[in-house]
Amino acid sequence: MEKELVIIGGGPAGLAAAVAAYDAGVRDILILERDERLGGILNQCIHNGFGLHTFKEELTGPEYASRFIKQVQERKIDYKLHTMVLDLSGEKVITAMNRKDGLFQIKAKAIILAMGCRERSRGALNIPGYRPAGIYSAGTAQRLVNMEGFMPGKEVVILGSGDIGLIMARRMTLEGAKVKVVAELMPYSGGLKRNIVQCLDDYDIPLKLSHTVVDIQGKDRVTGITLAKVDEKGKPIPGTEEYYSCDTLLLSVGLLPENELSKKANISLSPVTGGPVVDETLATSVKGVFACGNVLHVHDLVDFVSQEAAWAGKSAAAYLEAAGAAADNGTIQHHTESEPVLITPAQGVRYTVPVYLHPEEMKEQVTVRFRVSGVKKDCAIVAYQGETELLRKKRPVVAPGEMESVVLKKEMLSGNEDIRICIE
Amino acid sequence: MYDAVIIGAGVTGCACAMELSYCEGKVLVLEKESDVCCQTSKANSGIVHAGYDAKPGSRKAEMNVRGAAGMEELCRRLDIPYVKNGSLVISNSEEGKEELTRLLNQGKENGVKDLQILGKEELLKLEPHLSPEAKYGLYAPTAAIVCPFELTIAMGEVAAMNGVEFRFREAVTKITRPAQKTPEAGKTPEAGKTAEHGTTPKDQGGFRIETTKGIIETHTIINAAGVYADEIHNMVSSHKLNITPRKGEYYLLDKEAGEHVSHTIFSLPTKAGKGVLVAPTTHGNLLVGPNAVDIGEKEGTNTTGAGLLEVLEKSSRHVADVPLKKVITSFAGLRAHEEGDDFIIGEVEDASGFFDCAGIESPGLSSAPAIGEYMAKLISAKLELPPKDNPVKERKGVTRMRELPFEKRQELVKENPAFGTIVCRCEEISEGEIIEAIRRPLGATTIDGIKRRTRAGMGRCQAGFCLPKTMEILARETNQSIEDIQKNGEGSKYLVGKTK
Repeated sequence: MEKELVIIGGGPAGLAAAVAAYDAGVRDILILERDERLGGILNQCIHNGFGLHTFKEELTGPEYASRFIKQVQERKIDYKLHTMVLDLSGEKVITAMNRKDGLFQIKAKAIILAMGCRERSRGALNIPGYRPAGIYSAGTAQRLVNMEGFMPGKEVVILGSGDIGLIMARRMTLEGAKVKVVAELMPYSGGLKRNIVQCLDDYDIPLKLSHTVVDIQGKDRVTGITLAKVDEKGKPIPGTEEYYSCDTLLLSVGLLPENELSKKANISLSPVTGGPVVDETLATSVKGVFACGNVLHVHDLVDFVSQEAAWAGKSAAAYLEAAGAAADNGTIQHHTESEPVLITPAQGVRYTVPVYLHPEEMKEQVTVRFRVSGVKKDCAIVAYQGETELLRKKRPVVAPGEMESVVLKKEMLSGNEDIRICIE
Repeated sequence: MYDAVIIGAGVTGCACAMELSYCEGKVLVLEKESDVCCQTSKANSGIVHAGYDAKPGSRKAEMNVRGAAGMEELCRRLDIPYVKNGSLVISNSEEGKEELTRLLNQGKENGVKDLQILGKEELLKLEPHLSPEAKYGLYAPTAAIVCPFELTIAMGEVAAMNGVEFRFREAVTKITRPAQKTPEAGKTPEAGKTAEHGTTPKDQGGFRIETTKGIIETHTIINAAGVYADEIHNMVSSHKLNITPRKGEYYLLDKEAGEHVSHTIFSLPTKAGKGVLVAPTTHGNLLVGPNAVDIGEKEGTNTTGAGLLEVLEKSSRHVADVPLKKVITSFAGLRAHEEGDDFIIGEVEDASGFFDCAGIESPGLSSAPAIGEYMAKLISAKLELPPKDNPVKERKGVTRMRELPFEKRQELVKENPAFGTIVCRCEEISEGEIIEAIRRPLGATTIDGIKRRTRAGMGRCQAGFCLPKTMEILARETNQSIEDIQKNGEGSKYLVGKTK
């Protein structure tokens, strides 16, 4: 099978990318989704708060997804459900499988990676103790509760104050469980401020910052856990242990972009985000392969995923158009790109997406998204190129739990010196 | 009345069951956990030791060398992976060379082939990630790795296919001689007197085993109860055993780290064990561990912060840059350490018809097939059990979709679309494989059972995505409510009820 554009993943990123690519003129599009429906993780996010930026109203996750699914269906964009992509080659050959078609391969002219992310597990944290039933990542619990209609436990401790953990603290409480405490290793929460207020404070659930789980008890099912305070290095302080009886431990300890396929295609990945290294068109190191959404870097709001994905869709369309034009002319397609300019995360900034841009070829502007490394009040986001200050954006507070962005305009840039983004 | 009851369905118990199943006779395996391979056999290094560690003349040496010699052929018959990757014992000091030489000579005496001591340069050629401190290494090219789950499960399956009965979630509480008045545990003068070797156990009335679920009568007993083998033994014998659970903690790393080393790398052995090793697994992960801590608690399979740190520190002495960021899980297992420091295998002197497989610590996995063979020989001789005409000796494992060629996979999905639905993304395990694991002889009844038979949930996300789906399949296949699905033992249900 051959396709102009294959999008791997039918979650919010894949859907928005498909719609944007279609609207930019691509017709031969196929979305591959491993789950039984489109919409990805939004299907289990039945709380509201989605779409404030995109639709100027508060939607639930499934509602937000359905708007994009409708757009995909209106455009008659093709998709396959229950379809797992098993392999991706550097030559853009996708190997996938489902019940109906069996094992099959698709040669794509362009590919958009939109596989999303997974949750960090208990094992990756090396939390000591037993390995009983009753330890779930927050997202697994969310699926069990919201999609399957089952309660994973009655007395709950949550480790990690990521957004899913916070949302699940409220959800479990509403379902009659007792959420005893949310512990966070860092001295600040990894989640959105609004979720701390609406999901913990409103239900009197204590949040213990600079705490972690140092032991899990219970041979068959969790019977309790021990929390301890940690020092600045995140190491448990002896003597601060506190026992909580509980039957469930939920983990919301970070999300990891799922780039196993990207690795198979030898796409360069950032050691900081775990996602592909991309330029201003969200193109990866493999020509014709683009990335967007949580597979690129973990987002806080789905609205930003949709925006970014639309950009990837447009970029893929432009790439296909250029490739098509080159083929029509009978000329060999040139990639005589101008020298790229690096965007480097400086003081207070952990990473940026994109990692580099091409000032000569770029569109009028590019949105640079990033996360800060610590909480800072009354500060400014500043971008420099060499000694030149490109822009300065005042912020009352920045926190690692919230994604930040700046818009770089083409006219601001000159020369090949690195662009630095920092917090001052 | 059974001819033999095997207490414990670990690797030793299953090896005994398989070998005994080649003979006529009524055999039962009793296991207190929910499945085979639930305790020591599930949490160990998976190494087929070459055989240089054990003292010449010891049971350990004899069984290890014999077990290891037959392992490759056994794995072929059982359709399970076996990789002869070789092992290295590393010394960072000049003095250590003496110890390596001692091991080499010991190995030669035990009959281990092709052992040699290598210098730094040769070592680094074999293993570029060795510590720069490494000076000498004992190279044992015959050492191998197996998957301990698959070995145990496969031997259990063969036994089951030959008619051996398995009962799970049933623990032994008492063993007596039925012909006599119930003797007090530990004081069995009758046993001592009547247990003359050579008389048939049938004359003596055999044993009466009381369990948590009822009473079982048998002519003979094989005690393969792992860390509990002392308690079982002490129910019938006045010569008491004392087994100390010796905990070992491990890290398991992502397959991305699986090629960090290709051989099994040991540090110099200490009194407590073979030291912390770094080794690939047959499935391409990297295993780091174990430490050795004597504990009192026979169910103490919890990891500890201190223990995990110790493993980390010790592994770095002989292997550099172990990518610990790639850890996907950590776990602990218990070695059944007996004071005499050797395997105790054979008929118990003052309890005719009762056979011990006690103190089966390392190299227990390597030795298990040989121990099984030996036990079956003893029992069949004692009971005069003739060999079966055509016993099943081979078995086909669960289909491994991801290892099959493209066309073969296409065919399979066409035949059975369940192979087209991937349930576990990380390990690429299909619904078809999970169903096979449930429906086969001695099939999985728990989520851990499915995991050990198929690897579903054993990958980098540790079942975060596939757990709900696997629960659903297991519930459907076993006609249970999803709320009753258990992780492993009694009381390990995942769910507590429905939402409001």
